[in-house]
Amino acid sequence: MTRAALPLLGRLWLALILVFLYAPILVMAAMSFNASPFYQLPFEASTVWYEKMSANPQILAAALRSVLIALATTLIATTLGTMASIALFRYDFPGKRVLQVLLFPPIAIPWLITGTAMLIFFFAVGIGRGTPAVIIGHVALALPYVIVTVTARLSSFDITLEEAARSMGAGAWTVLRRVTLPWIAPGVVAGALFAFAVSFDQFVVSYFLSEPGDSTLPVLIYTAIRKGFTPEINAISTLIITLSMTVMVLAARYSRLGGDR
Amino acid sequence: MADLAAAMDRRRLVTLLSPAYLWLLVAVFLPLSAMLFFSLLTDLPQDAPDWGLTLDNYGQFLTNPTYATLLWKSLKLGVMVTLACILIGYPCALVLARTIRGRARETLFLLVILPFWSNSLVRIFSWAIVLRGNGVLERSLDWLLPFDIRLNLMFTTPAVVIGLVHSYLPYVILTSYLALQAIDDDIIEAARSMGASRWTILRRLLLPLSLPGLLAGAVLVFVPVVGSFMEPRILGGRMGTYYGTVIEDQFIAVYNWPLGAALSFILLAVVLLIIALASPVLKRART
Repeated sequence: MTRAALPLLGRLWLALILVFLYAPILVMAAMSFNASPFYQLPFEASTVWYEKMSANPQILAAALRSVLIALATTLIATTLGTMASIALFRYDFPGKRVLQVLLFPPIAIPWLITGTAMLIFFFAVGIGRGTPAVIIGHVALALPYVIVTVTARLSSFDITLEEAARSMGAGAWTVLRRVTLPWIAPGVVAGALFAFAVSFDQFVVSYFLSEPGDSTLPVLIYTAIRKGFTPEINAISTLIITLSMTVMVLAARYSRLGGDR
Repeated sequence: MADLAAAMDRRRLVTLLSPAYLWLLVAVFLPLSAMLFFSLLTDLPQDAPDWGLTLDNYGQFLTNPTYATLLWKSLKLGVMVTLACILIGYPCALVLARTIRGRARETLFLLVILPFWSNSLVRIFSWAIVLRGNGVLERSLDWLLPFDIRLNLMFTTPAVVIGLVHSYLPYVILTSYLALQAIDDDIIEAARSMGASRWTILRRLLLPLSLPGLLAGAVLVFVPVVGSFMEPRILGGRMGTYYGTVIEDQFIAVYNWPLGAALSFILLAVVLLIIALASPVLKRART
């Protein structure tokens, strides 16, 4: 193999992977604009499925519920997560390592196990199924992501700035509001966007914790797929994937994920 | 004075930390413990007042070979998907980290991991559209190839594998890329100047130095695949019965929660065992 051929081959491989990752999504999006209910070709452009979707009260209710749950999750997880990150960053105390390791299980344990465990426990303590249960579960899944993102931003924070502010007479609250928070703001925004994405895309935990007939959008889609699907599902799926990809592009811009620093 | 400051610090520390960790306690750690308890029950206390303790649910796993067979099937699926992700993803991470530079690299990296952050259910559904009989894939192959071809991929094990690889490939690329990117360029330069071939550099330098990242990615793929149920249901059809789908059934269709809890707990034990086995190498990644 010559010196020039190998990088070229590598680039080709990368291109093939991008096709593999995006082609099905693009096909799905294209089919949502196809008039045939049986996904038949040739392609005939139409927005009939989007009209059907926006006239379907079940889909609209589930979409609204999904967005509200995601917003509530974002608000709670970002607040609690930012508080915890500041504490983990600023103080050294016995057991700190353990607390950091405890962030791992919600991410690493399969959602099937976490979801079923939550279902059992929430029934035992009387919370049961429904929107509050879903929010409790989503916040727990989103918290580690927020803490990791905000902690990463804090690690570049110069603690002497706080000391300087304090030596000039600023109280603890003023230091937090005027010095620390403005500095970590991009990390907090990125963490909030991650939290929104975790909740909005979450299917497994929502599936076990939703009340039947009172479900989130992904749960509704799953039920619809198993009953036999129509391009209406393509339409709503296309909208979902566009929204969550936009959110993630924003999050990546704020946190500069993986780029050359 | 110092004591007072220390006491205030401690109070502030507890105020800042406790909400997040209490939340995790209530939503994750107590439920996982409760599951162990429920897996030892004969009946749910809310259904039957005369419930009792039993090891029967675990006994079922041992006496009914179906469960062990399905767990084995799920583990094999995990191995298959993980290997495919490594073989496809590691070269991709290598190209991204070592041959592409600057803004192009940043953009391509984002493009590769972006699908991972979009809805996994929707992505599995998109494969159902592509793979279905007389669907887009078959029609395009028909059009491209001179001979007749019937793939019939939908509702087969390969369909499940394709969907799962699509779901989890970005994990392997992400962790391998981060490990490869951290390798000092000077080491590679030094090796090259001493006459090492590309293959030697890959085998003796890049691969060992990025192994912790690669392994982290492998664990992050393997663990959720063993517990997957939605992907086999949608893409596997009648072929899609796995350990995860049996657990789903216990909670959604059969309502045998104690048995479901026992099966979930066995899966958790398997998962923890795998993480424990991998952790010596993973620890090296963090230092």
